Amino acid sequence: MKTIWIIAGRELNSFFDSLIAFVMLILFLGFSGFFTWISGADIFIVGQASLRTFFSIAYWTLFFFIPALTMRLIAEEKKTGTIEMLLTKPVTDRQVILGKYIATLLLIIIALTFTLPYVITISRIGNLDFGGTICGYLALILMSAAYTSIGIFASSITNNQIVAFLSALFIGLFFHIIFEVIAGGMKGIFGQVINSLSLSVHFESLSRGVVDSKDIIYFGSIIFMGLFLSEVSLSKRNAYSQ
Amino acid sequence: MDIVIENLTKKYGNQKAVDNISLKVATGEILGFLGPNGAGKTTTMKIITNFIAPDEGKVFIGGKLLSENSLDIKKHIGYLSESNPLYHDMPVIDFLEFCARVQGIEKSRIPSRVAEMVKTTGLNREKHKKIGELSKGYQQRVGLAQAIIHNPEILILDEPTSGLDPNQIAEIRKLIRELGREKTVILSTHILPEVEATCDRIFIINKGKIVADGTAETLRKQAQGSDILRVKIEDGEPDHIFKSLQAIKSVSTVEFADRKLNKFDIHCSASEVRREIFRLCVDKNWVLTELTPYETKLEDIFRDLTMN
Repeated sequence: MKTIWIIAGRELNSFFDSLIAFVMLILFLGFSGFFTWISGADIFIVGQASLRTFFSIAYWTLFFFIPALTMRLIAEEKKTGTIEMLLTKPVTDRQVILGKYIATLLLIIIALTFTLPYVITISRIGNLDFGGTICGYLALILMSAAYTSIGIFASSITNNQIVAFLSALFIGLFFHIIFEVIAGGMKGIFGQVINSLSLSVHFESLSRGVVDSKDIIYFGSIIFMGLFLSEVSLSKRNAYSQ
Repeated sequence: MDIVIENLTKKYGNQKAVDNISLKVATGEILGFLGPNGAGKTTTMKIITNFIAPDEGKVFIGGKLLSENSLDIKKHIGYLSESNPLYHDMPVIDFLEFCARVQGIEKSRIPSRVAEMVKTTGLNREKHKKIGELSKGYQQRVGLAQAIIHNPEILILDEPTSGLDPNQIAEIRKLIRELGREKTVILSTHILPEVEATCDRIFIINKGKIVADGTAETLRKQAQGSDILRVKIEDGEPDHIFKSLQAIKSVSTVEFADRKLNKFDIHCSASEVRREIFRLCVDKNWVLTELTPYETKLEDIFRDLTMN
């Protein structure tokens, strides 16, 4: 467990040292802020003291930003060979994956923390539903956790960062929108199954303030699958794991 | 800790990178691992450090099976890989601290240990620079520092002196010699004098197979079978000298090394030949101006063993 945190710490530092973290924070807050407060179907047009607008915008901004954060995690280490230096130390493949996963998730949580002023502002304007807001944030964090694990998997199958970025987006796109579209044109049990695979459906119900164990299990299984497959793909070089 | 390798085989596709290699390295021994490019040196080292697993065969380190105790065994190994991969965006000090922490060194001992490594490898002036800004030689030192920071009992060094200038090479060799007093070291290289300067034992592989194993001296003896003396005798007829030399009892063959300069190569089995050559010259009133025992160079042995 300690090793995971050491790796996560290094990774988080490297996000900030390489300015990736700052670029990501500025762009994320810039986009979300602009569309939440200034343009489009912003809060003043909606006219409700609710953060629903922000959540649905962050749903899309995070979808694009997360692959950009995760693409280098493993691919870069494979390309430069540092993965060899790291894995010949007393570190397991799993610890490397989890360390990097935690670091990325922490960065996203930091980004989301910077939107807390939105909550304070809106709660001053009107009657904010705090329970619903907490659920909304929970939905964003769970969605980020799912896409981060997909991103790490995409990064672990290649040593080219662009390929990692595009494959993460490609896989993500199915969960984000394609499954829902397909399910819309289908009837019966098959349509229901595909519909339940869609991340947007689970995100919607969670961000509406309904905490259902189905949704939690859904996000949990994507996270688990992503991380599990990343480990499988990393250990494909065939080393003893214990 | 000793290293025992049994019948190691590793294939890449159809090609066998390592083919049924067995090897024992005793505690405190410095083993020079030689071979042409693509002979399987790096693959063997990657297997010992558990970056990749072999297809067949077993590796025991300190009596423990690597496949069952890899995490524990890795704590005792320091590894400098050939391409010396490092996190280029990290400052030297931060990187060494990270390595120390990953190796599980106690938090209170880390600063002193890092300072010691910086001093040992001569990185003091560069310690706050980012690794990517350092020259190749200094990066090599950082690589060495990260390999020895946890004071491992086994050191695996894949071409440790590549990219260094002659002064740095001398320093690194000295350092390896010092470390080798109490550690088991496996060192791979293309530079043959380096092996003679640093290693107790030489291990040559070619196309994944062992072709030689022993000290530099035994390899020489095996390769040539007899001693060779180069002599230069002046004030005499070359052919006359040639015949007289051949007449000496313990001389097996004589060759002209340079007819004009009266230089001869004498193959012989006993060391009293030198005295007899001297006496011969005194008797005939010739002047002996050169007599050098001629050693087969390691290069030649290497070429003999790996060129076919």
